[in-house]
Amino acid sequence: MSDRVRIMDAAALNRALTRIAHEILERNGGLDNLRLVGIRTRGVPLAERLATRLEAIEGKVPPTGMLDINLYRDDLSRVGPNPVLRRTEIPFQVNDACIVLVDDVLFTGRTIRAALDGLMDLGRPRMIQLAVLVDRGHRELPIRADFVGKNVPTSPNELVDVQLEEIDGHDEVVLVRPAPGGAGEGEDRP
Amino acid sequence: MQLKAPHLLGIEQLEPDEITLVLDTAESLAEISRREIKKVPTLRGRTVVNFFVEPSTRTLSSFELAEKRLSADTLNFSASKSSFVKGETLLDTAKNLEAMAPDFIVMRHNQAGAPHFLARHCSSSIINAGDGAHEHPTQALLDAYTIRQRKGALKGLRVAIIGDILHSRVARSNILLLTRMGAEVTLCGPPTLIPREVERMGCGVTHRMEEALEGVNVVMMLRIQLERMHAGFFPSLREYARLYGLDARRFQRAANDAIIMHPGPMNRGVEIMSDVADGNASVILEQVTNGVAVRMAVLYLLAGGVEREEAAA
Repeated sequence: MSDRVRIMDAAALNRALTRIAHEILERNGGLDNLRLVGIRTRGVPLAERLATRLEAIEGKVPPTGMLDINLYRDDLSRVGPNPVLRRTEIPFQVNDACIVLVDDVLFTGRTIRAALDGLMDLGRPRMIQLAVLVDRGHRELPIRADFVGKNVPTSPNELVDVQLEEIDGHDEVVLVRPAPGGAGEGEDRP
Repeated sequence: MQLKAPHLLGIEQLEPDEITLVLDTAESLAEISRREIKKVPTLRGRTVVNFFVEPSTRTLSSFELAEKRLSADTLNFSASKSSFVKGETLLDTAKNLEAMAPDFIVMRHNQAGAPHFLARHCSSSIINAGDGAHEHPTQALLDAYTIRQRKGALKGLRVAIIGDILHSRVARSNILLLTRMGAEVTLCGPPTLIPREVERMGCGVTHRMEEALEGVNVVMMLRIQLERMHAGFFPSLREYARLYGLDARRFQRAANDAIIMHPGPMNRGVEIMSDVADGNASVILEQVTNGVAVRMAVLYLLAGGVEREEAAA
């Protein structure tokens, strides 16, 4: 049996998102030219929630898109069957936009590398910032987040399980420790 | 979720959930062809040989575009330039292709079963781009994609496939796919061009076009393959056009929002008249556009990694 420890409950998760919304506004001096892009799967509802919060503060909604990074992975053909591909929908001009990329967990940084490549193929943004709900460390690439919900020290074989109302039915972040000796579930591929 | 086999040899091999996977994946990939930069790096460093032993322009171009949009390296190997004219056997040619270590071989051949033969002798993934009068799976998949785009779902739709069923790999693959996905298929054509065993494939058959068109949601016209008409299957093209050509008047019998499909190239004035080919109900050019996305999806899904290689070994 693996060991599950809750590190954020629904209230903590939502407070963190509200704080990030304020930080995004503070850093960018408002919503002008600001766009949100959620990384499939759980970055998408997080981006939508941030958009709702930004609207509550500023009175207008920033355009929000979603990005599937599977076509840009660096481990295709190394990890078995290719992952199921979902739609990329960016309903705005990427050129010259200030984009806040949103994901649930920042780990090795490889997903973010793929997302950056994916965005750059759609145009030339003026700036890209990164917002994550959880930064769990263990970067393998020189990537850092601009906005972090919670920093969680982890060991590489642990798993950070983010559950969101829109997808999983409830809000919660859990740290899963694999049982000693047992093979861990392994982290999401990058 | 993945395709079970390392090759795409026919619709025959695909389960309904695999067909849905290809169509869903194609839907996600279609967006790339609408971008300013129409390219993703997914198949970087992979090699695709387009091995076409029978002439083809649109299927070859469609595959080539799909391969290039996924960043694969492509090599076209066509019959006129190849060693077949010099007497090399298919097996020798296959081994020579294999020695160049391609990841994929997309094959068009005038003999049914040629891609299956290649699949037994090569470790590359083989994609059937049409083998004789047998199958043309990517055409059926792009047709299904086009129908789904217009009609939402395949299940319960009524589809008429009209023309030269006997020589048509497009018809065969479409019959397999549509019946497997729960559509109701009626075949129509002169008795000489409808093979006897089709009723066992679960379709209705009629020789009267008016009957075939009554209330259908999709009309799929087939090309009269003049190059395969060695024996006299019908008296004259004029008579064929009069009995089995689709025009606006006949098309009125179909459902109000019915669509018209044709795999191309069209013989205007024979199986299809210009008033319907260029009309609002025609989705013929959408089929061409969708072909690229569907072929990208097939390449993407077959390009899966380690487990696949073990399965093929």
